[in-house]
Amino acid sequence: MMLDDFMMRAALAGIGTALAAAPLGCFVVWRRMAYFGDATAHAAILGIALSLALSLPIFAGALIVALVMATLVTLLAGRGYAMDTLLGVMAHSALAFGLVAVSFLSGVRIDVMAYLFGDILSVSRGDLGIIWGGAALVLALTLWRWSALLTATLSPDLARAAGIDPRREELILTLALAIVVAVAIKVVGVLLITALLIIPAATARPFARTPEAMAMIATLIAMAAAWGGLRISYGLDTPTGPTIVCALALMFCASSVEASVRQRI
Amino acid sequence: MSAPLVATTGLTVRHGAATVLENVNFSIAPGEIVTIVGPNGSGKSTLLRAILGGVRPASGKVTRRTGLRLGYVPQRLVLDATLPMTVTRFLSLPRRVPPTVATAALARAGVPGIETRQMAALSGGQFQRVLLARALIARPELLILDEATAGLDQPGSAAFYRQIEQVRSETGCAVLMVSHDLHVVMSASDRVICVNGHICCEGTPEVVAEAPVYRALFGEGTQGALALYRHQHDHSHGPNEGCGHDHAAQPEPEPAHAEAQE
Repeated sequence: MMLDDFMMRAALAGIGTALAAAPLGCFVVWRRMAYFGDATAHAAILGIALSLALSLPIFAGALIVALVMATLVTLLAGRGYAMDTLLGVMAHSALAFGLVAVSFLSGVRIDVMAYLFGDILSVSRGDLGIIWGGAALVLALTLWRWSALLTATLSPDLARAAGIDPRREELILTLALAIVVAVAIKVVGVLLITALLIIPAATARPFARTPEAMAMIATLIAMAAAWGGLRISYGLDTPTGPTIVCALALMFCASSVEASVRQRI
Repeated sequence: MSAPLVATTGLTVRHGAATVLENVNFSIAPGEIVTIVGPNGSGKSTLLRAILGGVRPASGKVTRRTGLRLGYVPQRLVLDATLPMTVTRFLSLPRRVPPTVATAALARAGVPGIETRQMAALSGGQFQRVLLARALIARPELLILDEATAGLDQPGSAAFYRQIEQVRSETGCAVLMVSHDLHVVMSASDRVICVNGHICCEGTPEVVAEAPVYRALFGEGTQGALALYRHQHDHSHGPNEGCGHDHAAQPEPEPAHAEAQE
């Protein structure tokens, strides 16, 4: 059975996460929500601590706290503080509270590093089911709302004139983001999730003429990096999550160089 | 007269403590061209956004005819540099249209043959016309333009408004616009509404331009606005003539619409 091989499970986990994160990441880039992704991801650590304390599944705890965080940020936006200030406060507070909360948990031996940077090689069959289930849900949400999301991203007023409620679309995006965060913890860890969202989209940008093309290229890039990063980390015996992000970073550099060379010709 | 497409009754909008619009009663009938004029910060754009549904009224209400098809041309649209977008793809937002429809819409808006260009590579005039083309694809019964010619020079905006008039005569849609181009806009409108936190005066372009309130707001420099209607010019009016309060006073600057930029 192919799922018995841990490398195969890791590869499937990476590719599943990439499939959900890359198209969603395009919206994160277009709407300049990078820091928003960070805040949601960091809050997940608090969720992990809570779920360990209450003996809940990690995935559920992370998802709930990520959702609460994302909703809170959306509600607080535009009330005195600039968005990046607000997110800076919330993201790092959530991370700090989460780490402190984890330290209170006695009896449970927790490897915090595994949650901060991911532990893709220990993905179980159950994890794989959750990852692919979450990824399928996010992908379905993104595809279903694609046109409305895109219109609301261009201009909220333009969306309203077409009968689309931009706040609803924002909420759907927030929901999808929280799911991706919860799904990706096992793969790259909370500190590197934003990279999985943003770098594929940024790498795809110079090669795309339409939003759809950009999302598709970003997905291919993310899947290639997930698989390539896994192989490299196996060969060099390096931590897998960071290696995947390194692979993405190198592809981004290559894409940027290629784009600037093309512009000069 | 048939039922109005959109009507506001006693519409009051506040941004925090500041009252931006107070007790505005407004309606627009099918096929009508109405222009909203007013100084900066007078609440013109807020009125448009309330009609679109983007502003929650503090009191009063906005009623749209059920199933009303709206077309909206914003003042400007900033496309994030990270968002690739061809003209054809943009025209298909939010609903896909066949290429033939897109081509015809571009021709009707006066920018034929730019289907495959990137939105970011268009000139200001082309961009506004693509926005117009997109708004027309939905076959709107009401076309709303918010300073749609803000970035254009005078000949450019004159040509743009001629296009609007032509669209109205071809499709019979009503047009509601906010504009600074008094010269051009006034001549093309059936009705002009002068707003400064409330409706100061309204009527045909001649009536409004005659109104002392309007003169007080815009001074004498805008008489050219009437050049197409009358060729002799009037004498000066005092700032407060026929009006209970001082419209010449500078209104507060328009509060930043942080949510509009998100």
